[in-house]
Amino acid sequence: MKATALQAKKRKSETVFHVMLLPAVVFCLIFSYVPLGGLVIAFQKFKPAKGLFGPQDWIGMGNFRYLLEMPNTVNVLRNTLVISLWKMVLGILVPLAVALLINEVANTRFKRSVQTIIFMPYFLSWIILSGIFIQMLSPADGLANQFIGLFGAEPIFFLGDNRWFQGTVIATDVWKTFGFNTIVFFAAITSIDPCLYESAKIDGAGRMRQCLSITIPCIMGTIVLLGVLSMGNILNAGFDQIFNMYSPIVYETGDILDTFVYRLGIREAQYGVAAAVGFFKSIISTLFISASYFMAYKFADYRIF
Amino acid sequence: MKTSASRRVKTSASRRAFVLCNTILLAGISVLCLLPLAHILAISLSDKASVAAGYVNFWPRNLTMASYSYVMAKKEFWQSIAVSVKRIILGGGLSVAVTVLTAYPLSKPYRQFRRRTAYVWFFVVTMLFNGGIIPTYMLVRQLGLIDSIWALVLPPAVQVFNIVLLLNFYREIPAALEEAALIDGAGHWKIWRRIYVPLSVPAIATVTLFTLVGHWNEWFGGLIYMNRLENYPLQTYLQSVVVQTSLAQMSTGSIAEMTNRLLVSDRTFKAAQIFIGALPVLCFYPFLQKYFVKGITLGGVKG
Repeated sequence: MKATALQAKKRKSETVFHVMLLPAVVFCLIFSYVPLGGLVIAFQKFKPAKGLFGPQDWIGMGNFRYLLEMPNTVNVLRNTLVISLWKMVLGILVPLAVALLINEVANTRFKRSVQTIIFMPYFLSWIILSGIFIQMLSPADGLANQFIGLFGAEPIFFLGDNRWFQGTVIATDVWKTFGFNTIVFFAAITSIDPCLYESAKIDGAGRMRQCLSITIPCIMGTIVLLGVLSMGNILNAGFDQIFNMYSPIVYETGDILDTFVYRLGIREAQYGVAAAVGFFKSIISTLFISASYFMAYKFADYRIF
Repeated sequence: MKTSASRRVKTSASRRAFVLCNTILLAGISVLCLLPLAHILAISLSDKASVAAGYVNFWPRNLTMASYSYVMAKKEFWQSIAVSVKRIILGGGLSVAVTVLTAYPLSKPYRQFRRRTAYVWFFVVTMLFNGGIIPTYMLVRQLGLIDSIWALVLPPAVQVFNIVLLLNFYREIPAALEEAALIDGAGHWKIWRRIYVPLSVPAIATVTLFTLVGHWNEWFGGLIYMNRLENYPLQTYLQSVVVQTSLAQMSTGSIAEMTNRLLVSDRTFKAAQIFIGALPVLCFYPFLQKYFVKGITLGGVKG
């Protein structure tokens, strides 16, 4: 009797949940779903004066055709893929190596200090960091080239030379972000059951053997998970970073989809064409994100909620 | 017996060699993470001549605060800090309030809130897909938010990642507390305010920090939504005066020098601004780090 009364009350109380969700739903509708619908710009000859969803001229695939005819479209796509793939691979391998090394440290204080320090660059914005790197990597008086000069080598124009630009971008990105995944891997390592190591020691396994046969297999789930989830970013080569480090001389190797969209859309006001690039990016990302979450669910039993 | 003993000594010797190398390597990696900041700090505290001559590495030479006083005298710099503080208070406050409230109903099990899954999908979709910058820019323009602080506050109000993080935390709170409160006649608003919020203070702190650092570091919104320099938040201001001008010099090959100043050059002046921009994060970081680590291991990645 009492139980059914409680249940009735619960059912009635669902209304209150809808009310609680109202603000977030309104914000999401306006600032996420409306722009998502706004991708129709990609099929229009968009005039801002007529407004989003206004009476625009529809031109079908015209913007896409225009893009295909542009000489640098393929180049931009290739740069995006090369940069993001390298970032993805190194963004797993470097943190994994560092986490394994930290795990071998016995001194707790040193262990904690290393973690604290390497995690720090993650929180600095690319504005700050590119400001620093532009100074450090300058060919005339930058610290890096002073160092190279000690060995009598020619100065390298890291940010202004198409042979060096991609490598510089990838290396500085790994530098900024490796602390994050290191912490994730290290957390996974510390949750391994110590009994496994004990029994391996009794069986005569050395440190290297323990690492290869216990540590790595035990955190394989986390490795796969981080790898799979990063696949969704296949077309995100890092706008914040590249926008603040590139210049017209390195467009050939440094221009990526997002910087391309920015210049087309915001600077040159070719809204339709820029939105077409965005539309293309959304489609590809959707495929990769769906595939990656499906794989994460399948191989690592991961659910987002 | 004897051989095994000598072998143990031998492995411990190689072990000691490894530990030494490992310690040096990790110390080296840590130093590598700090060097760029040390370099920029050293430049900002040195005089123009030493920097131009290439004497400054990681320690200031001819220590001077001239660059900092030059920065402090700039009106635009203070204006941009004011804009940043304003957006952090308004944007951070709004975003955290929405997150703390939204996570509550979503943390309820299906039998209690049948529409839950539909709502969660509604939010998660926005985390995975977005319209990109062009439609978003058009929307903000059409809402008349250009050159208004609300363009930096309203669009990022709903942070789905934070909501997911917090709802996972809410779920750990024993349902018995809620049942007891319901029997005593409390409504869900009261249960949320009096039970869930007080019990989730550590998680709410984590979410708040994520939000504040995000707002402090965000610059792109300022660049595209603000036309006038006086409306730029600090990071956007730094982008325009430090990064853009440096990149422009790189292309043209010219070096802008402030000849009217004895101690301050373009480089020391930029270094001082960069360091001030990094300072809040650097000051708070050591205290915040444990919350961030907790946040990552709590909600983000559950292996």
